Amino acid sequence: MDITLSKTQEDIIKEARRFLKKECPSEYVQAMFLDDIGFTDELWDKMKRMDWMALRIPEAYGGMGMEQLDMSLLLEEMGRAVVPGPFFSTIILAAEVILAAGTESQKKQYLADIADGQIKATLALHEPEGGIDPTYIRMRAEPDGDDFILSGTKLYVPDAHLVDIIVVPVLTRASNNPADDLSLFIMDNHTSGISVSPLPTMDGTRKLSAITFDRVRLPKDAILGEPNQGYSPLVRALQRAQVGLVAESVGGAQQAMEIATEYAKVRIQYDQPIGSFQAVKHMCAQMYTDAESARSMLYWASWAQDYGDKTEAAMAASAAKSYCTEAFTTVASKGIQVLGGTGFTMDNEMHLYLKRAKANQAALGTPTYHRERVMRLLTEDGAVT
Amino acid sequence: MDFTLTPQEEAFRQEFKKWLKEALPQDWDPYNQPTFSDPEKIRDAYRTFQKKLYEAGYAGMSYDKAYGGQGRSLMESVIMSQELGRTCISLFFPGIITHGMALPLIYFCGTEAQKKKFIPKILDGSHLWCQGFSEPDAGSDVSNVSTQAIRDGDDYIVNGQKVWTSLAHVANYCLLVVRTDPESRKHKGLSYLLVDMSLEGIQPRPMTQITGEAEFNEVFFDDVRVPVDSLIGEEGQGWQMAITTLMFERAMGDVVIGAAYETNVTKLIRMAAEAKNCGHPVIEDPIYRQQIAQSYIEIMALKYHGLRNFSSHIKTGIPGPEGSIGKLLWSEPNQRLTEAAIDMQGPAGQVSGGPWSIQNGNWQHAFLRSKGNTIEAGTSEIQRNIIGERVLGLPKDASRV
Repeated sequence: MDITLSKTQEDIIKEARRFLKKECPSEYVQAMFLDDIGFTDELWDKMKRMDWMALRIPEAYGGMGMEQLDMSLLLEEMGRAVVPGPFFSTIILAAEVILAAGTESQKKQYLADIADGQIKATLALHEPEGGIDPTYIRMRAEPDGDDFILSGTKLYVPDAHLVDIIVVPVLTRASNNPADDLSLFIMDNHTSGISVSPLPTMDGTRKLSAITFDRVRLPKDAILGEPNQGYSPLVRALQRAQVGLVAESVGGAQQAMEIATEYAKVRIQYDQPIGSFQAVKHMCAQMYTDAESARSMLYWASWAQDYGDKTEAAMAASAAKSYCTEAFTTVASKGIQVLGGTGFTMDNEMHLYLKRAKANQAALGTPTYHRERVMRLLTEDGAVT
Repeated sequence: MDFTLTPQEEAFRQEFKKWLKEALPQDWDPYNQPTFSDPEKIRDAYRTFQKKLYEAGYAGMSYDKAYGGQGRSLMESVIMSQELGRTCISLFFPGIITHGMALPLIYFCGTEAQKKKFIPKILDGSHLWCQGFSEPDAGSDVSNVSTQAIRDGDDYIVNGQKVWTSLAHVANYCLLVVRTDPESRKHKGLSYLLVDMSLEGIQPRPMTQITGEAEFNEVFFDDVRVPVDSLIGEEGQGWQMAITTLMFERAMGDVVIGAAYETNVTKLIRMAAEAKNCGHPVIEDPIYRQQIAQSYIEIMALKYHGLRNFSSHIKTGIPGPEGSIGKLLWSEPNQRLTEAAIDMQGPAGQVSGGPWSIQNGNWQHAFLRSKGNTIEAGTSEIQRNIIGERVLGLPKDASRV
């Protein structure tokens, strides 16, 4: 047992922090928060030069083949900086699904371009009545000769307003049972019949859209892997993406805690730094406790994705998703309280953390959803598929 | 990073589990352990079990062979503690001061003669220790200790009163914090004595806790002559040593408690499957399902945080700052878990034993006992002061500067 970071891993953290401090300072994030696109290609190109898009993609497809934990360390730093833009949707959502479900040639085709930073992509998962669980996907692709015709609506799709490629899970047989009938279509975001409408979001650093599919015609080979076999690779990919959100949340919580603590040292009221008052000090101490224990959960969940058995990987992902995203929200809320009137303004960066925290909590399964999943894993055999 | 054990460590775990199964009574049920209302029974059960560990070569795992230890790795010691926590915390827990504080303190700070005198008796279960820190006017403010030890020839003459001293009336020795310099204030002038509880003038008076048990005591010291060679470390070093000792207690304690609470969640799930409400097993109720899952998740945070802390401790030789939060990670979740357990029982939640109680009233005891968790070994408020000041570097409040 060795739950410490290697030298290489410490370097990932150091490099990323240095880079983001320079290239993604809070002034940039604040500007992007209010911007319609919410992202600039300059930052993407610089991240590309850092090889971040290639980090977890296997070497066979032009990446560096690093572990989930390495990715988590990078995402922790990105969470600290509240990095806006399509890194998460491209690398953590779309690339993971392609990796889990694609055929050899599909992986070669898409992953090399993703690793190179050539294309941006996303996953269109949610539906109006669905929630996070892929069991409730009802959108359908009707066979038409050698093609399929897709009609329906997908919601809350991250970065759909700017990506090149989208992955869309839909039913391909006339049942309502995604476990047996789900297929994962991959397509150009500009395919005829697709229309993207950006949605106003609480977290301006993570833009979401609604996508409507109006008789979108796609060939059979637009399906990642085999038809009707999409459910279990999708679930596997989502589990890793959940761990990705956990990592972001841990980094965000850590930074929010540090900002509040530093403020408590210098803000003078009643002739003393407010951090000398126990009411404030204890809030900071609890923020530290939440952030630091969340990091222990993150390490476990990240490690379990690569080395744990199926049950442990599922358990750790859900436990961490629930624990760490709640911790982030709690920490950021206390952060606003410690900063007082200053923390309640848009000028201060703390709002970025609160909004990202709540978004991370809502995305890919709420804490309530994941606690129920934990309970099933604890009490039912065969709860993991 | 690696969360797994080496094959040798795994083999050790299996070996110890096998031994433990044979060493415990045949009908031992980890999910229904005895709550000993009689402190003498607690002591005797602890002694008998510790003696078995000693005879089987499992006492003082990571300590030097020269003093009767086993000279094994810290990791093996962790593995053993986890198994004990999981299986028989009720037998292990009475020795927490003895093994978590007295043993490391004497081992790292004691003279050769003290080590030879005390360590073997701790390891073979002969001696149970108690800890005399708190006083009526020195609770959270331990530095306010006023119990005096005045040098008189080859003895100290000790006068004063300790309070909330667990198992004092059945313990053989006490780790006693005293003021050796009567002119001193606060941290300075505090010293540590290793005091034989059978000395004349020591009078423990049991106090009844809210559980109805008399686990802890007031202890009165009235002109007690304590030989000078009972001093550990130098005069005036007591405070520094007390802090060091507490860190040791913390590190291993978190691991043991984490393992014991895992057993508690399983016990809670079993209870929820048995207990019925409105004709249905409680475990089908979505709100209680959330509470059970949350308890499990919080215990996983404690577990992996504890192991991470231990891991960096093994690698660097010192416990990292992440160790300071362990106490908060077990005490508060345990209160939530036991509160949820009582709620799940519905009206039966009022019954603390007998035929119509659920799981023998164990949860009622656990619920009440858990209220001590946020007080003993440093209140939650003191923990947050420590984290705020020593880890985060926030200033002390004006009254304590």
